[in-house]
Amino acid sequence: MSEASPAKAYALHLGVIALLFVLSFVLPDYYHGLLARIMVLAVFAMGYNMLFGYVGLLSLGHAMFFGAGLYGAGLAVIQLGWSVPLAFLGGIACGAVLALVIGLLALRTTGVAFMIVTMMFAQVFYLLILYFATWTGGDQGQVVPQPARVLNFGTTSLDLTNPTVRYMSALALFSLVLLVTLAIVRSRYGRVLVAIRENEERTKMLGYDTFSNKLIAVVVSGTICAASGAAYALLFGYVGSSFASVQYSILPLLWVLLGGAATTLGPLIGTVFMYYVIDVTSGYTSAYLLIVGVALILLVLFFPKGILGTARQRWLGWLP
Amino acid sequence: MADKNGFFDLSKTALTRRTALKGLAAGAGLAVAPGFVRYSQAQSSAPIKIGFQSHRTGIGAAYGRWYEKTTAAAVKAINAAGGINGRQVEVIIEDDGTDPGRGAEVVGKFATQHKTDIVFGTLFSHVVIGSAPAAGENKMPYFVVSEGHHVASTKLNRYVFQPGITDVKSQIQSMAPWIAANAGKKVTQIFPDFAFGYDHRDYLPPALKAQGAEVIAQIAIPPTESSFTKYFPQIPPETEVIYHVMVGPAVLTFVKELGEFYGSNRPQLFGFIDSLEATDINSPGLEFLDGSHFWEGSPRYAQADDSEAQKAYRAAVGIDDNGAAVGDPKDVSTAAHMFGCWETLYVVKKAMEDAGYKGPEDRAKLVEATEALTAFAEGPEHPQGAKTFNGKIHQCFGIQNISKVEGGKLKVVHKTKIEDGLYEAEGDYTKQAL
Repeated sequence: MSEASPAKAYALHLGVIALLFVLSFVLPDYYHGLLARIMVLAVFAMGYNMLFGYVGLLSLGHAMFFGAGLYGAGLAVIQLGWSVPLAFLGGIACGAVLALVIGLLALRTTGVAFMIVTMMFAQVFYLLILYFATWTGGDQGQVVPQPARVLNFGTTSLDLTNPTVRYMSALALFSLVLLVTLAIVRSRYGRVLVAIRENEERTKMLGYDTFSNKLIAVVVSGTICAASGAAYALLFGYVGSSFASVQYSILPLLWVLLGGAATTLGPLIGTVFMYYVIDVTSGYTSAYLLIVGVALILLVLFFPKGILGTARQRWLGWLP
Repeated sequence: MADKNGFFDLSKTALTRRTALKGLAAGAGLAVAPGFVRYSQAQSSAPIKIGFQSHRTGIGAAYGRWYEKTTAAAVKAINAAGGINGRQVEVIIEDDGTDPGRGAEVVGKFATQHKTDIVFGTLFSHVVIGSAPAAGENKMPYFVVSEGHHVASTKLNRYVFQPGITDVKSQIQSMAPWIAANAGKKVTQIFPDFAFGYDHRDYLPPALKAQGAEVIAQIAIPPTESSFTKYFPQIPPETEVIYHVMVGPAVLTFVKELGEFYGSNRPQLFGFIDSLEATDINSPGLEFLDGSHFWEGSPRYAQADDSEAQKAYRAAVGIDDNGAAVGDPKDVSTAAHMFGCWETLYVVKKAMEDAGYKGPEDRAKLVEATEALTAFAEGPEHPQGAKTFNGKIHQCFGIQNISKVEGGKLKVVHKTKIEDGLYEAEGDYTKQAL
């Protein structure tokens, strides 16, 4: 892989952000709303990619980090009456703390055991949501009241239920996480993560504390996923246990695999692709998941490293 | 075409980049908006568009299929009688996968892409609750057929209504007098350990207490459980009635194992038919239910005293005397709930006519007109029975049926009164801004 100059890499990413900004003004209403949702979930995928793509740790439990952000922010508003910014930070903090604890325990394992351990922890998290249904709303979930979803700045206020405000909020979060992710993967620390993925023993022999580096990656990954969950609760007004179910641990894996693991823009591409395939095909047949499955098989056959991963391998070696 | 002064004379038009971009954007917008041609039709002749949020896939698929059949039958009847305000009704279906996340997207799609007049037809509580914010934000009247208490709890928003089916709190409260008087005073509850079960866990004890009976044990069974025998020793020996509301594929195992545990000497059994909707009551393993009682919203089996309206409704939907699809006895319907789709559509019709509804700009008027409704008389539009409607909590109240399993059929042995299910309002949606 050839290395892109910083200017080229940042120009590409700023161009994507600019494109998303422009799309806000030209997309029809429905796709405008859908893209806001996709950007929030792409953040979830980016968080997942940080661990899976760059460290090579395949987690089957990232729904718990998304759920921690979702419930941390949502319940802070519903049960404690916190303001939106505080609740958002609260949600992120929940995810960060959970990721630290889970990381300390799960990183004692590797490979298949890591997958199983993360899945089990996520299942515990999911069942705890059901167990404490009095506060969480259980499997039915709860609505985050519309009047509470307002950002106040002195005398001005921004209504997060307004489509434009919601889109721009989602874009702001997406842009921040995209640029932070780019900075991380281009940094010295990012290279250490890739070294761990490629050969952990050799990295150890070079003097790196691989456990600490992996733990930091788990926390960063969990925190980003929690930011996505917190934003989802506040922007779309619902917290429910289905978002912490195993399905939401598999989905970011699929989005990242589709878009291209260890590519910064792959998670966005994968999420967009999957969303649009489901949205379009479900309008024609109730067997749309079959079509999604066929699409996935075709992608694996012709784009084994995901869309951007294969593009990088064949044509665009400089892609970060 | 020679049109030097008119629209088609493009010879002097400068194509700037801005114009080209606008054109491309507009073209792309039109291309991704199916049915855009229809939007330009005069509203007076265009059909009323109802967005049907259907559980076509996922855990609610059996319900979704029958909800679609009932809806199609009701729309056919409404259109044959002249439609709503002289306009035909068109149903646009989107699958929500019985998923709250997708449900919210579907409501958004109806509002912003299909531009339907209302959204209708959702059953599963978590999908309703997940979709309600999208309905409120889009100011889209959202008529659900869910039976959950979430609408009446007034925790959703002013755009969500449940006028065609009673809620579970009301249903449970209505059952208590009959259970206490006929089945027994000491009741043990067995319920799934999630929200559907919690409604029964929370509302039955006070309702029974008011009737001089009591719940002596509550056994919650985790949703992941596939075998139940280990829970049965927790049933107190003095139990006179087992009140069971297990749902899902495990219910057959539950009944079979309960039968093996008790043999022929069992307490009275009382259940909610939700456990066995779309399931043949004569399925192997369910023999143990013979002689037990069930709640039914609308009877699955044709009854000797069925009204003409009930008979016409069953014929229109296409269910036989056993509650299965005409021509396919194995395709058992969700009769206890699906009547709610039929009745809800007639409530929508009435409210649109009262509001003089012309199009989406009149959605607020439609909300107010629906809130102003107070009662629905039994008849072709409301074949399940008469109902009252509380506009403050957006919830209807009606009669319930208690049926006994006899000879492989469900026979209605008691009908409750509307008053049995009334309770104090927990809030007032009409105070919320439109």
